[in-house]
Amino acid sequence: MKIKNYHLATSLQDAYEVLTESRNNAIVAGGGWLKLSSRTIEKAVDLSDLPLDYIKETDNAVEIGSMTPLQKIVESEALMKICKGILPQAVSQIMGVSLRNLVTVGGSVVGKYGFSDVLTPLLAMNTKLVFYKQGETTLPEFLSQKGRTDDVLEKVVLPKTAGTGYFKKVAKTPLDFAVLNVAITKIDDQYRIVLGSRPSVATLSEEAMAYVNGKKSLRDEDLEHAAKLVRKNVKFGQNPRASQEYREELAYVYTKRGLKEVRDCES
Amino acid sequence: MSKSFKAVNVKTPSIDGKGIMMGRPAFTDDLALKDSLIIKVLRSPHAFAKIVSIDTKKAEELAGVEIVLTHKDFKRNAYTRAGQGYPEPSPHDKFPLDEYVRYVGDEVAAVAAVDEATALEALSLIEVEYEKLTPVLDFEQAKGHESIIHPEEDIYEMFPIGFDPKKNVAAAYSMEVGDVERTLKESDVVVEESFYTQAQAHVMLEPHTVNAHIDYQDRLVLYSATQTPFHVRRILSQTLEIPLSKIRVIKPRVGGGFGGKQAIHGEMLAAAITKRTGKPSKLTYTRKEVFESSCTRHPMRLDMKIGATKDGKITGIDCYGLSDTGAYGEHALTVFMVTGSKVLPLYNKVDSVRFHGDVVYTNTVSSGAFRGYGAIQGNYALESIVDMLAEKLGMDPMELRQKNMILENETSPIFEIMGEGTEGTAMNMDSCKLDYCVKRGMELIDYKNKYPKRKVSDHKVRSIGGAIAMQGSGIPYIDMGAAILKLNDDGFYNLMVGATEIGQGSDTILAQIAAEQLGVDVSKVIVYSSDTDLTPFDPGAYASSTTYVSGNAVLKAAKEMRSMVIAEAARSLEVDIERIEFDGEVFRVKGEDDKITLSDLSNRLYYNEDQKQLVATGSYYGTKSPPPFMAGFVEVEVDLETGEYDVLDYVSVVDCGTTINPELARGQVEGGIVQGLGMAVTEDVHYAKNGKLITSDMLNYKIPTNLTLKKLTTEFADSYEESGPYGAKSVGEIGIDTPPAAIANAIYNATGVRIKTLPVTSEKILKRLKDKEI
Amino acid sequence: MKVNATINGMKRVLDVQPDEYLVDTLRRYNYLSVRRGCDTTSCGVCTILVDDQPVPSCAYLSVRADGKTITTVEGIPKHAEKLSEHFGETGADQCGFCNSGIALSVYALQKSGKGITDETLRHYLVGHLCRCTGYQAQHQAIKKYLGDSDE
Ligand SMILES: Cc1cc2nc3c(=O)[nH]c(=O)nc-3n(C[C@H](O)[C@H](O)[C@H](O)COP(=O)(O)OP(=O)(O)OC[C@H]3O[C@@H](n4cnc5c(N)ncnc54)[C@H](O)[C@@H]3O)c2cc1C
Ligand code: FES
Ligand code: FES
Repeated sequence: MKIKNYHLATSLQDAYEVLTESRNNAIVAGGGWLKLSSRTIEKAVDLSDLPLDYIKETDNAVEIGSMTPLQKIVESEALMKICKGILPQAVSQIMGVSLRNLVTVGGSVVGKYGFSDVLTPLLAMNTKLVFYKQGETTLPEFLSQKGRTDDVLEKVVLPKTAGTGYFKKVAKTPLDFAVLNVAITKIDDQYRIVLGSRPSVATLSEEAMAYVNGKKSLRDEDLEHAAKLVRKNVKFGQNPRASQEYREELAYVYTKRGLKEVRDCES
Repeated sequence: MSKSFKAVNVKTPSIDGKGIMMGRPAFTDDLALKDSLIIKVLRSPHAFAKIVSIDTKKAEELAGVEIVLTHKDFKRNAYTRAGQGYPEPSPHDKFPLDEYVRYVGDEVAAVAAVDEATALEALSLIEVEYEKLTPVLDFEQAKGHESIIHPEEDIYEMFPIGFDPKKNVAAAYSMEVGDVERTLKESDVVVEESFYTQAQAHVMLEPHTVNAHIDYQDRLVLYSATQTPFHVRRILSQTLEIPLSKIRVIKPRVGGGFGGKQAIHGEMLAAAITKRTGKPSKLTYTRKEVFESSCTRHPMRLDMKIGATKDGKITGIDCYGLSDTGAYGEHALTVFMVTGSKVLPLYNKVDSVRFHGDVVYTNTVSSGAFRGYGAIQGNYALESIVDMLAEKLGMDPMELRQKNMILENETSPIFEIMGEGTEGTAMNMDSCKLDYCVKRGMELIDYKNKYPKRKVSDHKVRSIGGAIAMQGSGIPYIDMGAAILKLNDDGFYNLMVGATEIGQGSDTILAQIAAEQLGVDVSKVIVYSSDTDLTPFDPGAYASSTTYVSGNAVLKAAKEMRSMVIAEAARSLEVDIERIEFDGEVFRVKGEDDKITLSDLSNRLYYNEDQKQLVATGSYYGTKSPPPFMAGFVEVEVDLETGEYDVLDYVSVVDCGTTINPELARGQVEGGIVQGLGMAVTEDVHYAKNGKLITSDMLNYKIPTNLTLKKLTTEFADSYEESGPYGAKSVGEIGIDTPPAAIANAIYNATGVRIKTLPVTSEKILKRLKDKEI
Repeated sequence: MKVNATINGMKRVLDVQPDEYLVDTLRRYNYLSVRRGCDTTSCGVCTILVDDQPVPSCAYLSVRADGKTITTVEGIPKHAEKLSEHFGETGADQCGFCNSGIALSVYALQKSGKGITDETLRHYLVGHLCRCTGYQAQHQAIKKYLGDSDE
């Protein structure tokens, strides 16, 4: 990566204005992923002086400022209470402490990384995003938008729902990207099933969710059937980390185990 | 057999750990001159191409660029980067820069500029026109392929190694004891299988680093993160035609090597650039260059056949090997030979044994030396097939090993036939506690209760796998190490050794050996190592030679120093030498009160009477290469639904003779085990279709972390090798050999599927499990 | 660009490029204990402390250091020395290229006052790769060091 000029943003508005001056300007959050890219940035807009590093509890939500480093999520008690803490649990499996002190939740969301261990649990939790210009939007809505964002993410908002949850990252070593990840939640009796690192970006398994949410009670055979629906309907692919077939198998096994764990868990 | 020692075989902290931990300048780049030119290398985007034209004009004109070098700037002196003794058993098939590029990452041109940004910009201004050639990417298709990777006429072998470049063969070897085909035909049981190993990367954490300057005596001085400073000096001298006396190579602290820094890498270009410009320069490989453009372990296919009688006597072993040396032939022959010579003698009671095959060129990253050096590949194949044989015989695999493996005072005809590139040396196993290692290892892993497997939940199984291994201790009659001891006023010593500390602790253990002989505390022996001007010769840190070869040299020097100080003490006390008793600090006259301390004696020698400098020299070369042995056992927990597995415990019981420094010896074994586990479990290598390495950074090439295994259990056998310094053999490599086979065996015991291609990934396991269901 | 930072207790003014990383700046200013092991934020070798938090200096933009407190291992000599004694004791010393980074993370952990178990210590240090030791001796040494310093 090359940075020609550097701009320390003084407000969200200032950040937005400088960002939108040119396609070659970019927000630098932690800068962790940007460093690995071969981009040449005309003007880097640094958000680190803005008050965006926080995890705040409101009456019915937990708000995470976009510049909050991932390590703070790992250590957040407020987030531990939502869906059995699958977000801190997932984030704690991203690299080591020092990298997590650097990289941010904003960069993790806006980057829309296929391998993301952040998007998978967020998708399972009714997450809302607040952008400077666009205002509030839902995470699925954001993920469905094509192309690079020219807006500034202000915060990530999680409804304060107890619920239960399950997260699994399959990886070769604790410092590797996921071969596959799975998040399952049960909030107000509704199951959500998310598959990530397929290797493309995380997605909800609508068929499997419709199936389990249509049942009054879940027998073991039902879990197995739902897991089969995931294997059949979610699109998996291959990359050097794993073949499509292996991902399908892992998705099947961990959906089954996750559903069982969530079903059997007293929330 | 154990003896009582004061300095060796007792807990001794490393002599340099504190300064390193505190971050003092120590490594090569820390010592570069501040205004060094930064060297960057333009590398080939093609797996195989001829440079039709190369235009450096724009790059040269860029402000801040000092020099641009291409193949046109070098005389065509073929050399090998291998970093071995002379004449090398590796073909001279490489030029500092060449008009052919033979793999993605091969060197095209070099730029030196005032800073990195300028150097990188200059690289982008070099215009190269390539004629693309058909690359040979599959090593099983290489021999006799229509594409010839080394068509040039001015490359050569130094002595016969089977070099046949027109057939893409870098080296070939064949040997047979008895008539293996007949033996196998007559055996009751025969098992046959092929095994594949991958191009493991060293991933020493300090990248290849070098800096160069011309000193005030107009000599070329290089600081290099190398395992072989003396070989580097020789190779630079021969290739760049600079007199040997005009070059000094200093090896500072090195951040790991594992064989990767045995070869010469940036040194050639840094030396050439500083020589031409007269200016200091430095070259640090990017991590990508370390992966893409240094060297890897030789990938191999090993076709094994093993025969036995019904009651479990192994009758014959046949091994055909095909080894992939990549674009250049560094260590092609010798690594291949070690695949046979340090593996097959494990089962020395066979009637016949054959080892033969080819080492071929391909258009991929060059292979080279790597801890284990062929033995790990051979061990994986042999120790896998021995388990397969045991199953076919209906025998416990450890019982089969115990029945057939080499024991103390035995020998194998292979030792005499196979050396490293040459004929070998007959030797008896004067110290071999392999039987103890196996027995003790089985106790430690609780073999009786845990073998072969236990179910721990509805989808999880725990199982055990084991393997035995041997290695060597130096290259007999070839590698010579030397040491100089100097007495100082106040009575402490300098120990100057060519032996190359690369993090393995050799400075510490050599100081311990000297201290033991001299009767002083280790702190009284100040070590300086690996500086071609100031220290005596040593081949370097490879072939598991330092403790045994350099250690013996230190011992000889220390013995001589001891008799020198005793002679001087006798002179000063005016008695016969025989009457002196010396404990390292004080000389006493037997039966009398007269005495003098070493400190007083040395002050006398340097300031007052009979003035002279005491210096003792010792040099040593092995007349044999006593193997260390070990038994390794692993316990794994396998998820039968996903193929994932955890490594719960790795038990190693090692016979390396006396452990000069027990803690550092344990570190060598444990580090080796985990690196071997990397090869067995996580370190997958991928190439793109065009021959570009995909796993060329640490995001994609995954070495073990501190969570990769739960527990290491390491013990040493009570063993004493008479020919070694204080009974020691080598311990640097032996640890790496067993994990691939032990893991594959454990996975088989858990699942009934045998993985014959490294690494043993969960995906491969699951796929084979599914295939079995059908 | 000018950056004002406190490095190992001393106020410094650093002259940096907009895309320069701290590992390079610090080496340029002779903090030679800060070394690079990879190009991809993957190894932990370059770890330093910024405001007492371990971060990879190879990915930390130098301009960001303005107003910050930076600690390299040269800044914690007593702790590093003590830790090295424990490394010596368990035989955890090998090439040591990974050691300075580890010392800083251990120091940060110690300062944070968090309780440590075997498991949490391993997780805390997982980002520090070591190719030499096999980790176990290091782990034992660090545990002993943390135990010792509690007293
Ligand atoms: C070595 C390494 C390994 C990793 N492994 C994993 C892993 O296993 N699992 C995983 O989930 N993640 C992993 N990550 C990704 C990491 O968790 C972060 O998601 C990533 O680094 C991006 O965060 P950042 O703060 O560094 O963002 P940056 O690199 O600064 O920015 C990333 C992108 O987001 C844009 N951006 C950032 N913030 C905003 C904002 N507020 N508004 C608008 N645009 C914005 C930037 O312009 C840029 O395009 C890894 C990263 C690295 C470097
Ligand atoms: S150098 Fe490897 S993480 Fe910074
Ligand atoms: S001691 Fe060498 S990398 Fe850790």
